[in-house]
Amino acid sequence: MLEKVMALEFAPFLISFKLAFITTLILFCISLFLAWSLAQSRSRFKPIFEAITALPIVLPPSVLGFYILYSLSFHSPIGRFFQDVLGIKLVFNFTGLVVASCFYSLPFMVQPLQSGFEALPKNMLEASYIAGKSKLKTLFFVALPNIKPALMSAIIITFAHTVGEFGVVLMVGGSIPGETKVASVAIYEMVEIMDYTSAHIYSGLMVLMSFVVLLCVYIFNRQESHRLGGIV
Amino acid sequence: MIKIEVEKELLGSLGKMNLHVNLAIEAQSFVALSGQSGSGKTTLLRILAGLEEAKGRIVVEDEVWLDGFKALPPQKRGIGFVFQDYALFPNMSILDNLLFVRQDKALAEELLSMSELLELAHRKPATLSGGQKQRVSLCRAMMNRPKLLLMDEPLSALDPLMRNKLQQEILSLHKTFGTTTIMVSHDPSEMYRLSSRVVVLSQGKVVQDGDAKSVLLRTQGSQKFSFEGELLDVIKVDVIYIAIVAIGQQIVEVVLDASEALDLQVGDRVNIGTKAFAPIITFQKERL
Repeated sequence: MLEKVMALEFAPFLISFKLAFITTLILFCISLFLAWSLAQSRSRFKPIFEAITALPIVLPPSVLGFYILYSLSFHSPIGRFFQDVLGIKLVFNFTGLVVASCFYSLPFMVQPLQSGFEALPKNMLEASYIAGKSKLKTLFFVALPNIKPALMSAIIITFAHTVGEFGVVLMVGGSIPGETKVASVAIYEMVEIMDYTSAHIYSGLMVLMSFVVLLCVYIFNRQESHRLGGIV
Repeated sequence: MIKIEVEKELLGSLGKMNLHVNLAIEAQSFVALSGQSGSGKTTLLRILAGLEEAKGRIVVEDEVWLDGFKALPPQKRGIGFVFQDYALFPNMSILDNLLFVRQDKALAEELLSMSELLELAHRKPATLSGGQKQRVSLCRAMMNRPKLLLMDEPLSALDPLMRNKLQQEILSLHKTFGTTTIMVSHDPSEMYRLSSRVVVLSQGKVVQDGDAKSVLLRTQGSQKFSFEGELLDVIKVDVIYIAIVAIGQQIVEVVLDASEALDLQVGDRVNIGTKAFAPIITFQKERL
């Protein structure tokens, strides 16, 4: 058993975590502004944007994967633009995986942030405007520091969700060892070739890590809401 | 001098209503804004702060804040605003709450020591009592040396003792800085103690405007005093009737004859006044 563990390849795990880390970083930068404007917006069109943002939650990963694969491939203007003008190929490589993951995990970053911002007392933000601070300054100095639990949830859940994605990754990235073969895809292949021992080790590791991550989020949120006197 | 001429359609409890207010306020004065809930007081205050859209014209010392629909954003108005629920920044210490408005440590410390909060300067707002939080909020509002200080029922969430203490503080801050102030209030004693002018709104219009005494005093003609109350009960005792009336926090009995009793219904708003007696004032408890 121990030899089996030693002999296992851990590259798929590394790729999974690298992918999750980069995706979370990109999504954090994008979603911060998206969630802030959605939370502040009183526009009639807000539900449309909210619905679009939430789409990846309800769509089957194969549908999402198919559209992303098509858009990024040489058959679509977007894919052709990237390949011809910028010289970047976006399918069946790691870059393509990052793009696909950003779409796939978007709601998991935007929604907790947005509800965090919306739960902030309106007066508190108004007090900052009255103090002469712009919306951007209010975002960074007043809003963001007071939604720490939501921020923590958003980051960790996006990370964990990206580690756990399967369908989209398989469709857009394929299963190229060392490039696009992530842990979830590796487990699928192990089961296919009936290597149950490796599948057990991989799956067990995934369960353990996911549990620890979620446990940390809930413990942190509990402490934080005590500390802030329960405003969030 | 502040000239206000604003109009806005509001959705009140009685359906649509038009807020239409025309006021001129002297510099350095203290105006109390009163009226039943839903009369448009808070909206007027928020329009002055630039937090709510409206049509009209607001000019503050030659600076145009509102011209038609074109409004100066709240960031550029240089006002102070005290919210009923304090609206402090929970992530910052008391001192940082003040410094966030303006990096002026000397002024922050002066304000905090005036409010006896200097020892708490490095604590977070969550560890403070309601009264302390509202004092911080008041200090914070004074930090950008506002041209206009707006207060939306600042003391209504506090107990009477704390309210009394804060009234003194508001008064001394007003004396020190001479800031033109508009305060929404329901409490007649508070308005009387603090303000030089009371404006009463009803259904979006100014219905009374004058000095505190003339607006707040309820007596008419030769009445010695008069109170507003709610009729709780009418009890028949032999040939007379006794009305039980709630006035503020107190319950009183008033003797009625049969014809008076017939006119009244339980739940009515009533006035109780008297002409013949000289009221006796006795000292009740220690001064606050």
